[in-house]
Order: sequence, then structure tokens, then C-alpha cells
Amino acid sequence: MRLLATAIAIGVGVIAPAIGIGMIGAAGLNGISRNPEAASKIQTNMILAIAFAEALGIYSLVIALIIKFT
Amino acid sequence: MEEISLKAQQLFSIGSFNVTNGLLLAFFAMLILVGFALIFKGKIKLVPGKVQAVVEMGIDALLGLMESILGTREAAEKYLPLIATIFVFIITSNWLGLLPGVGSFVLRHGESEVPLLRSPAADLNFTLALAVMAVVVTNFFGIIASGIFKYGKKFLNFSNPINFFVGILELISELSRVVSFSFRLFGNVFAGEVLMIIIVFLLPYVAPVPFMLMELFVGAVQAFIFAMLTLVFLASNIAHGEHAEH
Repeated sequence: MRLLATAIAIGVGVIAPAIGIGMIGAAGLNGISRNPEAASKIQTNMILAIAFAEALGIYSLVIALIIKFT
Repeated sequence: MEEISLKAQQLFSIGSFNVTNGLLLAFFAMLILVGFALIFKGKIKLVPGKVQAVVEMGIDALLGLMESILGTREAAEKYLPLIATIFVFIITSNWLGLLPGVGSFVLRHGESEVPLLRSPAADLNFTLALAVMAVVVTNFFGIIASGIFKYGKKFLNFSNPINFFVGILELISELSRVVSFSFRLFGNVFAGEVLMIIIVFLLPYVAPVPFMLMELFVGAVQAFIFAMLTLVFLASNIAHGEHAEH
């Protein structure tokens, strides 16, 4: 049962961050292609936003690990 | 298969203070950085040699990035020690945790074996300490920049009920930054450790290579993200004083 909980926690938990990171990446690429001069500014902000979104996926990973190992 | 432990394991204790394997490797990282700084300090010349040129390029790149976020070069130079220390310490401890020998050399305590070295950021205590330090320091610099009453108005704003609620939300958001900083770094590095243990168990010698490359990349990116997010929150805390006057 515990293994099932671990698997569901991590599996469902990364759906939304994955979609979010895809959307951020798409918006970033759009911005760079429309304005190549601002590429480095856009890239820095895009990486920052991706880190925020990824952190949410990491939260659910931490919960899954806690369920499995304690 | 090796045992995966959420906590860093204790090696020995000095009095009542546990020394864990993560603490040992963090201590080595500190020795390397401090040693490099002390040795390098006496060799700074006006016409730079190779090492000095590389360090200068790195510092210049970081200052340029900080200037674009903070606004002025002097602000960037003022806060460079904090941001650069966070970045260099985290990237050194993450990369040291990838060296062969980390996790393999063990200490025997009678029956049980305990790894001698472990990636420092794979211990929640390490990342929590860094996160608390980052949040306290950014708020402290905000107080210095705007004065304690103006800065306190950000959190306790009695002008109307909506602003009061927004102030409470700001307080909660500062606390949630501690959680998010610590869990982001901890989650990335610990997940990397678990992944390495499992991949090495499944297919040794061949499969770990691309995952090691990914770990190098993730370690560097997480250090950069920690430093950049501290910088962004610092910039917004300092700028708060100017906004409040309008």
C-alpha cells in the first residue's frame, strides 16, 4: 500500500509542473524568436521561472521519498 | 543494494555534537575554498596570470548579471560577497559530491557500515540553514536600506483592511521562501543521489555516465538558481523602500 502511495504521489505530482515548464519554455522561445536582441534577458528570466515551476515537482518528490523511507 | 537514507548518517560525535558524513564533505569544501582564497590572495598582480584572468572573468560576468537586476554597479559590488559566496559554496559542495569515493568508502561501526562521505546538500539541515540565512539576510538588508518603520509597513499595514491582509500574505510568503529554497536544493541533490544508487545497481559502468553528466549540470544550475533567487528577493526587498514613498 505504501509503495502504491509513493508511486501515485510522484506520478500525479509532476503532471502540472511538467505542463507548466513546457508552457514557460514555449513562451521563452517565442520571445527570443520575436526579439533576438533581448535573448539573454529573456533566457535569464525563463530559467528563473522554470526553477520556480520545477520546485513544485520537487516538493511532491520529497513527499514521495518520505512516504517510502519512513 | 545500498541502503538509501533520508538523513545524513553520524560518523562520530564531539561531545554531544554529531558529526555526519554530509558535514565532513561540507567541511572539505570549505577547506578547499578558503585554502584557494588564502593562497591566491598573495599572488594578485596588475597584469593577470591565467588563474587570475579566469577568476576576474567569472566575477565580471556575475557583476554584470547582478547589475542588470539591481540597477547600479555600486549596488552590485555591495552585495557581491553574499551572492558569490552562496553560489560558489553550493556549486563546490554539489560537484564534490560527485567525485568517486563519495558514498563508496565506508566506516564500520561493529556490524553496521556507514558511508564516509555524502553530498552535503543531500541533507535537509544544510539546505535549511542556507535558506534561513538567505531569507534573514535579505530582510536585514531591506531594513538597512529603508529604515525599520518603512520596512515594517510592508508587513503591518493598517491603512485599510485589504492592505492589512496583503501584509499578512507578505509575511507568509517570506516564510514560504525558506521552505521553497531548502526543499528545491535538497530535493534536486537527494533525488540525484537516489537515482545514482539505483542506476549503478541496475547497469554499472555504462549507464551512469549520462546521468553523471546530468548531475553535474543540475548541481551547477541549482547553485545558480539559489544565488539568483536570493538576488531577486534582495532587489525587491531593497526597492520596497522607494516604492512605499509614492
